[in-house]
Amino acid sequence: MREFLAMGGYAAFVWPAYAVTALAFLLSIWQARRAHRLALEAARRRLAMEEGEQS
Amino acid sequence: MDWTWFHRLGSPPHVYRIAGRLTPWFAWPAALLLAAGLYGGLVLAPPDYQQGDGFRIIYVHAPSAWLSLMIYSTMAISAGIGLIWRMKVAHAVAASCAGVGAWFTLVSLVTGMLWGKPMWGTYWVWDPRLTAQLILLFLYLGYMGLRQAFDDPQRADRASAVLAVVGVVNVPIIRYSVEWWNSIHQAPSVMKMERPSMPVDMLVPLLVMLLAFTLCFVAILLVRLRGEVLARERTASWVREVIAQ
Repeated sequence: MREFLAMGGYAAFVWPAYAVTALAFLLSIWQARRAHRLALEAARRRLAMEEGEQS
Repeated sequence: MDWTWFHRLGSPPHVYRIAGRLTPWFAWPAALLLAAGLYGGLVLAPPDYQQGDGFRIIYVHAPSAWLSLMIYSTMAISAGIGLIWRMKVAHAVAASCAGVGAWFTLVSLVTGMLWGKPMWGTYWVWDPRLTAQLILLFLYLGYMGLRQAFDDPQRADRASAVLAVVGVVNVPIIRYSVEWWNSIHQAPSVMKMERPSMPVDMLVPLLVMLLAFTLCFVAILLVRLRGEVLARERTASWVREVIAQ
């Protein structure tokens, strides 16, 4: 295990590269889901307001 | 020939529903392939005879670089379709591409720097390919900045689409930079016409990662697209049905 983590002496380059990639995946997924959720909430608010005006 | 499927692609409620239904079909295979590719790349693949274990950066660097170009091409083609046929959904696809594309362009640059330091002795050189890739990042950022500068979404769509289409000249420049100029960057070892110059146990994890990254992008794009389509159609009656579900 220690040998695996050492990456033949390249640990300081290999692991940060993988960490940055993982971060980009997580951030893109989080941003996409957040944008969808915010759009749903905005639509819900707008429809609620329209119904309020009608009644 | 029946063209209804094509016309339905232009219909926001249809796209919203289809995108939601398709997402898991891309997300789950992407997750499984990512796990397999990581195991293959980090554990099964033998160390390189010159670069030792340092070469394993390729399994995140090459797929990110591929995505950065593939996403830009997708964005430019959708933007072009949006410009020519005034298709709202096409503009929504283009707008959904930019954020993800910018992230993976940044990842390709950072992982490339982390690979360059031990192999070339420097994080950065003003090499044709590296410079063109940096310009790609600025194109993505410029596209997003331009969209933000307009209050009217239709004007934002049109102005940003022109930028996306013009900027596409950078894609072949990045792709062929290593062949056109005397570059420090190594030549492609997979994406070429002859047989890939890589042993099979190194190559297979790379192909798995390329596919995994691509599927993951499609899944993220579909979620982004749903948000984008919904944000543009807040008052349409189909939105009421969607919210009620």
